[in-house]
Amino acid sequence: MDNSQSKNKFISAFNNVEERMNGESKSPFHQLRKAAIKKFDELDFPTVKNEDWKYTNIAPILKHDFITSADVKTNKKAIEQFLIPGLKASLIVFVNGSYSKELSHITKQAAGIRIENLDALLKNEPELVMQYFGRFAGIDNGFTALNTAFAKEGTVIIVPDNTEVDGHIHILNLSGASGKNLISQPRNIIVAGKNSRVKIIESYHSLSEEENFTNTVNEVSVGDNSYVEIYRLQRENMKSFHVNRTQARLGKNSIFTHYSVTLGGSIVRNDTNILLDDEHSTGNLYGLYLTEGSQHVDNHTLIDHAKPNCQSNEMYKGVLNDSSRGVFNGKVFVREDAQKTNAYQSNKAILLSDTAVIDTKPQLEIYADDVKCSHGAAIGQLDDEAVFYLRSRGIGEEMAKTVLIRAFANDIFETIENEVLHDHLNHLVHEKLK
Amino acid sequence: MLTVKNLFARVEEKEILKGINLQVNAGEVHAIMGPNGSGKSTLANVLAGKDGYEITGGEVLLDGKDILEMSPEERAREGVFLAFQYPVEIPGVSNATFLKTALNEIRKHHGLEELDAMHFLKYMKEKMKLVGIDQKLINRSVNQGFSGGEKKRNEIFQLQMLQPKLAVLDETDSGLDIDALKIVSNGVNLFRNKENAVIVVTHYQRLLNYIVPDFVHVLVNGRIVKSGGKELALELEEKGYDWVTEPVEASV
Repeated sequence: MDNSQSKNKFISAFNNVEERMNGESKSPFHQLRKAAIKKFDELDFPTVKNEDWKYTNIAPILKHDFITSADVKTNKKAIEQFLIPGLKASLIVFVNGSYSKELSHITKQAAGIRIENLDALLKNEPELVMQYFGRFAGIDNGFTALNTAFAKEGTVIIVPDNTEVDGHIHILNLSGASGKNLISQPRNIIVAGKNSRVKIIESYHSLSEEENFTNTVNEVSVGDNSYVEIYRLQRENMKSFHVNRTQARLGKNSIFTHYSVTLGGSIVRNDTNILLDDEHSTGNLYGLYLTEGSQHVDNHTLIDHAKPNCQSNEMYKGVLNDSSRGVFNGKVFVREDAQKTNAYQSNKAILLSDTAVIDTKPQLEIYADDVKCSHGAAIGQLDDEAVFYLRSRGIGEEMAKTVLIRAFANDIFETIENEVLHDHLNHLVHEKLK
Repeated sequence: MLTVKNLFARVEEKEILKGINLQVNAGEVHAIMGPNGSGKSTLANVLAGKDGYEITGGEVLLDGKDILEMSPEERAREGVFLAFQYPVEIPGVSNATFLKTALNEIRKHHGLEELDAMHFLKYMKEKMKLVGIDQKLINRSVNQGFSGGEKKRNEIFQLQMLQPKLAVLDETDSGLDIDALKIVSNGVNLFRNKENAVIVVTHYQRLLNYIVPDFVHVLVNGRIVKSGGKELALELEEKGYDWVTEPVEASV
């Protein structure tokens, strides 16, 4: 497989953008971009020959010529359908990767909390961006390189020490324009200071029926004694492509909880990587993917236990119908220093048809000797005994199956304390499984 | 109420039921006893409509309607209830939600209005009291993490909630200690009335001390080889199954 044509297209697009820059091309930030495009040139897009991309062929993505902007008319009323009803949240809206001030609404926050568009911050306080940008997401694959090379828009959230963000922050990403193929590459930076709290929703939706491509990188720093919660909600149309990387670093006594919910998209690849970088930190990764048709959803996770006395809980579940395909690859590293690690991983999937496929690979590498680690993978069909049990009480076959699938899926949301969010996610699952 | 005529059933290539005849009238309790492998559980499962059994002959009528043509849910809505030997655990589905769905499906079938949350709750509380089941169990997922006794009690609770015409209890006594046995039996006895009927499938006579049958049938090798009153159960307890088994084998 040869990606060089696509690669060159992106490189020339970069050169075009650079030519149109004025003084900015000299800025330290742009030097990062330049280094990234160079790295991209070397790395290229991954192919199935690359072990980490073995089951996910991205060639269908590269077949399209994506454009970066289009005239899209939308308004507050039109985007209501993408919001979470009843949830108290600050709303940051991006339309085809560009920040929309009119559609965004940031609620009043405590002094010092920054919730801003990366582009604005690059103009006004580039040194602040430089302080946090690229610290965690190393440029080790073509997609991260590309995102870094084109980094311009995205959300920057900075929460000072001893501060809590009021309500959730909802980053709403809308893609598409009728008859066109759009690309957007959000770059989000989340920095939670010591003893702080922030809860974020990043959701992705389509404004058209066409193929769009989103290539996101999130960098998250969870300060000592802090709590950060992120929901990644992928609800694009069934033709869209999404590559998402979330890289989090956890400080002492901190908790990072991540929920990944994939309902839409044609090819979706998520890399959710966390580094437990100081003692007594806890990482929770929960994932749910519901696929149908020819959807392909690949979830890669990496939990790196670098320090002692940390804990990680990982549970991913999938329900796959038709000829859809799922991939789960869960790496857990327990470094030599990371004694008294507690790591729990589980991946379960239900295949609803004979043609649905899942490839699952738990990968535990343990270099410490005093640890508790467990992993389990269970792939199967619906439990016939359970279906019969429900039917024997008068519940019809279709409803019995739906009840069981819903129960299997909703289990992922059991730990969500916010009732509005909990019910909304259950509702989305309910709708998708209809 | 229930008429089983010359019923034959097989699992894969193996003939299990070889011509069962049984007449159960409203108000009656029938016990079906027999050694392991005689076809008792098969009969219970066939009545409830479980997959995996091929009916090769005969018919089963419930108040004149052929139920063999019906799906398990249709049978349940018509009033057949199977208390499972091994009740299934269903994680993520609460007992209350499960029963509300089931009850309303049955009510809809009979042209009755669905019960709203408040009326359902009131009805459920009455039945909980009757069966002596704890609120904590009701809030939990169906049978999940229940003890053997709790699972059986939950079956009887469902029986009380759904009020079927015909209850088929498959080895309801298995795995129960004497206290649990009394509670479960009591639930069944409270259920009994002139309009409904109970079939108790059991290996041991023990349960029949508490749920006293009107008729006892001995099932051996897929056929009912002997029928009698409740005293037949005691005779079986005393003499074992051999004395009823032999004549059948001889006649083959």
